[in-house]
Amino acid sequence: MKVKDRLVVVGNGMAGTACIEQILKYSPRFEITVFGDETHVNYNRILLSSVLAGEKASDEIVLNSLDWYRQNDIRLRLGVRVVDVDAATKTVTGDDGSVTSFDKLLIATGSTPLIPPMEGSQKKGVYVFRTLDDTRALLDCSRNGARAVVIGGGLLGLEAARGLQVQGCDVTVVHLMDRLMERQLDLAGGSHLKAKIECLGVKVLLEKDTVAILGEEKATGVRFRDGSELDADFVVIAAGIRPNTELARKAGLAVNRGILVNDHMETSNAEIFAVGECVEHKGICYGLVAPLLEQGKVLAATITGNKGPTYEGSVPAAKLKIMGMDVFSAGDFREETFGNDVVRYEDPALGIYKKLTLRDNKLVGVILVGDAADSHRYMDWLQEKADLSEHRRQLLFPAPGADKGLDVAEMSDNKVICGCHGVSKSSIVRAIRDRGLSTLSQLKECTRASTGCGSCTELCQHLLKAVAPQFEEEEKKALCQCVPHSEQQLREMVRSQRLRSVQQVLDIYGNGVGCEHCKPALSYMMDMVWCGGHVEDRSARFVNDRVHANIQRDGTFSVVPRIRGGVTSPGELRRIADVAEKYKVKMVKITGSQRIDLLGVRKSDLPKIWADLGMPSGQAYSKGVRMVKTCVGTDFCRFGVQDSIATGVELERRFENLFTPHKFKMAVVGCPRNCAEATVKDIGLVGQEGSWQVVVGGAAGKRVRKADVLVTVESTEQALQSAALFFQYYRENANYLERSYDFVERLGIERVRRETIYAPLAVQQGLRDRLRKSKAGSRDAWLEGDEPRTPTQFVQIHPMENLQ
Amino acid sequence: MSSGESGKKWLRVADERSFPIREGRTVEIGSKHLAIFNLGNELVAVQNRCPHRGGPLAEGILSGNMIVCPLHAWKFDLQTGISVNCPKSGACLKVFETRVEDGIVCVEVPTGVEDEETTPIACDSPDRPLRWVARKPIAAASSPQSP
Repeated sequence: MKVKDRLVVVGNGMAGTACIEQILKYSPRFEITVFGDETHVNYNRILLSSVLAGEKASDEIVLNSLDWYRQNDIRLRLGVRVVDVDAATKTVTGDDGSVTSFDKLLIATGSTPLIPPMEGSQKKGVYVFRTLDDTRALLDCSRNGARAVVIGGGLLGLEAARGLQVQGCDVTVVHLMDRLMERQLDLAGGSHLKAKIECLGVKVLLEKDTVAILGEEKATGVRFRDGSELDADFVVIAAGIRPNTELARKAGLAVNRGILVNDHMETSNAEIFAVGECVEHKGICYGLVAPLLEQGKVLAATITGNKGPTYEGSVPAAKLKIMGMDVFSAGDFREETFGNDVVRYEDPALGIYKKLTLRDNKLVGVILVGDAADSHRYMDWLQEKADLSEHRRQLLFPAPGADKGLDVAEMSDNKVICGCHGVSKSSIVRAIRDRGLSTLSQLKECTRASTGCGSCTELCQHLLKAVAPQFEEEEKKALCQCVPHSEQQLREMVRSQRLRSVQQVLDIYGNGVGCEHCKPALSYMMDMVWCGGHVEDRSARFVNDRVHANIQRDGTFSVVPRIRGGVTSPGELRRIADVAEKYKVKMVKITGSQRIDLLGVRKSDLPKIWADLGMPSGQAYSKGVRMVKTCVGTDFCRFGVQDSIATGVELERRFENLFTPHKFKMAVVGCPRNCAEATVKDIGLVGQEGSWQVVVGGAAGKRVRKADVLVTVESTEQALQSAALFFQYYRENANYLERSYDFVERLGIERVRRETIYAPLAVQQGLRDRLRKSKAGSRDAWLEGDEPRTPTQFVQIHPMENLQ
Repeated sequence: MSSGESGKKWLRVADERSFPIREGRTVEIGSKHLAIFNLGNELVAVQNRCPHRGGPLAEGILSGNMIVCPLHAWKFDLQTGISVNCPKSGACLKVFETRVEDGIVCVEVPTGVEDEETTPIACDSPDRPLRWVARKPIAAASSPQSP
């Protein structure tokens, strides 16, 4: 039996490991040893910014687990840095003193952060952003309010800045050039990006040359060439990368900026190979993942004796990974090059900027800011050098009525869809067909496509749609044209990006303006997601929630005091009567829900009426918790078997003053005769001999729907707890203006049960905790009568001088 | 009250701070009611009464340069006064000039605002107007002059 060749791989990063995966596909002829100076298995370096932004945990970005190395008989030497190579004796020496022989050597040492010359860059509190350990160090020092200075306004610097800002830091990006991402963007694109970044709350300083890091031992600030200074608690340097070529030099390889390789990925030594960020091919060192994977494929063929495929260079392309901020750039976008045609589209209000550069009817460069949905199409045109004479009128927008699925149909089979994992169209199509996949999550699990940076998610969905007839599209109805994302997505964005005001959401994810549909919806979302800890913006609320009364057709308001459970007293009634007379209320009405309604009140009288009533708001004007309707129950009724009044009052106390996606009505009845109509309420408690039935999703409005039974429980406390679980679940998951009956029908009562009363205890506890937190932060809206939010909240302004 | 350069009469109304950002306030001038909105970069004043069914526009939600009536969601361009959702109804708000002098909001003295009951406007669209209507370009709007 032939002894296997020994292959030593120096570097345990994405390029080297991806190349090993390709080598394994060819043959098992190698005994492989991998050295990695980091102590982690191979992870997705592109996603470090997501780890920093708290969108992913560090174990979620692992690409190859220890099991993978074991299963493939790869000897993994983690935490060992290779310090020497001897090409003559064919050995490598580790910093632990070990000497390892090889038959073939693969250098995949990547690159290190470039530290521009400046005084004091060795001080404590100066960081780089390259590895998982760097990320952890940054997370450790990014406490709330810490001042961070990020030197470098390229891709990496911006992603680091955004991550730190999400962690609560006060971040300033300092950039040497006159625009952000100058290697990818022109001036206009850079200024659109700058505006967006500043909207997020990250400060940007351009044309600032940092000459020194200030501070004794630890960084306390930076000084610029113009003499100005900026305070900082820590500094991150993200000013570019430098290929690691020392080993290659020691091995005597031809090295320029990077290790020189030819189209077969061979170096100047037939036994030594190189791949990744450390190599230079036709004068270019690539720092992005897709070209490195292409190189790995070619190299795998060459090194296993299947020499044939060639690497002919890649079109440089870059995509900024900041949630909701689309920036894409590829190719050569310079206008000044003779013979280049430029096609441009710009909408400053929406923050959209697109620029295509063409030469001889072929696309040579593209810049997309604010909307990068078409990046795949442009990338194809670039790579295939497609003749666009026929498309000249539809370059920026697809021809009207163009089939959405056409893009994927036109793609060649070997086209890589997922650049992060190198998954081609044909392997996705095969997986869908052979394994009968029908959802995106199945596809992700099966092929790993779209689990990387996520930029190919849409393409994967198109492929699923085209290939799998039973494809289920996940619900993605946009909230509004002003903010074209589903409410589910928006809730996630708001949470992960820590957005606390409606205007922030509109500025970052929308048109910056909003309308009467999305503003109240976003107001609700803010309050719900942050359990009341948001920045309340009354201008985004409907008038009823600005003045805490219900506007009537003549512009007057109605006042409904809270009478919990519909139980009042002669004293209270007398007060209501007095108030009605004093303010000449136009009508006093007992409503269908056991409320007393005072109609025809002027806005300026509202605070006085509330004070005179001395009762809390009944919230009859709000998308919120209304009063609980009750029957007489065991207190007086001959038939009552449960204490509906006490239970109803308690239910009301637990939920009152809270906002809900739509109005929320409840009732409690003491026996199945159902006198207070609990079975057509959003939540109803129906008393039975020895138990309560908790029913949800009932309706007696535009449509009539009998509520579904959520659960039957013995004790009153259990009934209230079950109601609370459903209440908070509805608050968190329903779309705005979706009544509980539509919500329950949309999800199905089985799913509602599974995710509330039958949910794991930790999930139940989470729902309860958030409800408790929201409740603790809520208060009677009518207290604003004494402490208005603005001096003119309830007043009509009279001019300070008279009309003559 | 002072006379402006163009012969317009200006009335000092109230401190700027009386007008919170992106909200409206009703101002009573004699028998007339104006709605003054703070758009962030400027203040605009229009008649308060919605031509459709008389709703108080000052209580509406702003959508950029448009105001949405709180009663039936009729939408008006605050620069031109023109109804956005039902332009062919001819419904149009009277627009008044504003300016800020030493932190005091001043408004062009209104003349001829109909404050009597407005006749309800008939329009093909129901009470709730079309949701998405392309916005008209703003014709060189009269912006407030600073003194």
